[in-house]
Amino acid sequence: MQKGSGFKEIDHTADWALSVWAPSLSELFVQAAKGMYWLMEITLRENPRVEREVVLEGADHESLLVNFLSELLYFGYSEELGFDHFEVTVEDTRLAARLQGAPVQEQKKEIKAVTFHNLQVRQKPEGYDVTIVFDV
Amino acid sequence: MVTLRDFKKISDHEWEIPQSFRPGMRVPVRVFATRELLEEALDDLSMEQAVNAAALPGTVGAVIVMPDVHQGYGFPIGGVAATRYPDGVISPGAIGYDVNCGVRLLGSSIFFEEVEPYLDQLATALDHYCPSGAGKKGGVSLSEAELDQVCRLGARWALKKGMATEQDLRRTEEGGVIEGAETSQISQRAKDRGRPQLGSLGSGNHFLEVDVVAEIYDAEAAQVMGLSEGTLALAIHSGSRGFGHQICSDYVQSFQLAVRKYGIDLPDRELVCAPMNTPEGEAYLGAMRSAANYAFANRQLLAHQARQAFEEVLAGKVKNWHLHQVYDIAHNIGKIETHNVDGVQMKVCVHRKGATRAFGPGSPGLPSEYQSIGQPVLVPGSMGTSSWVLVGTEASMERSFGSSCHGAGRVLSRNQAKKRVRGDQLRQDLQNEGIHVRAGSMAGLAEEAPEAYKDVDRVVNTVSGASIARKVARLRPVAVIKG
Repeated sequence: MQKGSGFKEIDHTADWALSVWAPSLSELFVQAAKGMYWLMEITLRENPRVEREVVLEGADHESLLVNFLSELLYFGYSEELGFDHFEVTVEDTRLAARLQGAPVQEQKKEIKAVTFHNLQVRQKPEGYDVTIVFDV
Repeated sequence: MVTLRDFKKISDHEWEIPQSFRPGMRVPVRVFATRELLEEALDDLSMEQAVNAAALPGTVGAVIVMPDVHQGYGFPIGGVAATRYPDGVISPGAIGYDVNCGVRLLGSSIFFEEVEPYLDQLATALDHYCPSGAGKKGGVSLSEAELDQVCRLGARWALKKGMATEQDLRRTEEGGVIEGAETSQISQRAKDRGRPQLGSLGSGNHFLEVDVVAEIYDAEAAQVMGLSEGTLALAIHSGSRGFGHQICSDYVQSFQLAVRKYGIDLPDRELVCAPMNTPEGEAYLGAMRSAANYAFANRQLLAHQARQAFEEVLAGKVKNWHLHQVYDIAHNIGKIETHNVDGVQMKVCVHRKGATRAFGPGSPGLPSEYQSIGQPVLVPGSMGTSSWVLVGTEASMERSFGSSCHGAGRVLSRNQAKKRVRGDQLRQDLQNEGIHVRAGSMAGLAEEAPEAYKDVDRVVNTVSGASIARKVARLRPVAVIKG
């Protein structure tokens, strides 16, 4: 497993996949969000800065992750907003997050859905990792 | 892992993984492929996914795999699974995120030579009239009440608005509308995504293509369909857009709990499901049908918009610029059909993901003009390569739940394709071959490069070799519009 925190694109036949890793669960969620925006090649406007708060539930960590990323996508569809700063708290079946961002200036690609494909949040001595597959 | 040794050869085009291969399998897996295609398919998880699908409660007959197979989410793309109705399960993953992603084909009496000078203009006009690309809005903006109507009426909604003909609907699978759509169990989120997107193409592997009928294999069937050698045809590949995607996402999420509730143990979370005679199963069935009807309406609108483009560019320049409907098929869908399973007539939910209905001559649900030839099966190739028109056969009813392949099937990931191919070079190469391209994104174009796909001719030769479909015509592209 990689040290520190980050994400990178990996191969998947029909769609896009990310490998994400971080020392803590909350940071894993943050990196997953950053990775997703990176895949979409999103640029945000400088102004106005916006803030949103979300509280989500899910059957387990994987469900929470899908739910969280789907929520971010939804802000894009409905309000054309994207985010670049995240404060996330993850519990067993509940997530709370404070998001900071701005209206989307440009988005080169569209992610249509976050899937459960091979989704398993794994805990290792160094931290957490997960592979996420997105439908395009 | 599944290996070649685990297969029993039934014929040069048909192979089987027996039910005994793994505990939990309720039926065998039947693969339509040549040995070569089968070996290639073992490079990804498609066969594993097919084996997993054989564990779905209520599965009957066999899980069918088509020669264009590649791995999907939970269920392989190029797969068919039938579950007993009503106590068997329905699985969103075995239908696909893009519910009723499908293909519509229109034919014409326009000869290629007549329009060659105007092709570039035509490509530009089609690009203008048929919005495409990431997150783009469609030609029509719907209120929530109108969206509700679209969900219930499908392509028939377009007829009421003067954007369709009766022939268009008659020559569409299900007449362009599936009964039993229910919008009350659709999330607000899905509705919000659906309202602005009707009449848009989308991105990814969706496209509009102007083709020339290059070769006729069955003169009688081609004549009935109105396809003549050297004439133009128009193919539209699109689905239910964000609406269908959101519905699938919503139900894959909610079925995570349903499987626990109904004690269903599955090897893959994307295969989650619920028995059709439960509130959850019924809710998804109603929502899925709504999304399917939205997609029928979407392709109808795109056809209408394409006809406007043809009129704008060609009226006055060619004698008859009209486009007539050949057929419209769904290749990501769940349908309640009656099939013969081990000698018993049984009502089943046929899940087709990356697979096309291919009913034979005399089958129910076919328009009268196609009764004698069978249902048209539309198989788009990758960009720049041939597309095919086939018809369904009686053998497909017996061997594959009346199903056939849907396209070429990917071999390279999008990541790999992007690394190997440069979008602008590809566009130039296609242009050099006489194919006019309009693409919203160069990276998107690269991801759809022909080398990222299997050879569609091999796929089509396999289904015709296995007799589950019959060749009617081969089309070659002259213009491609994609997002």
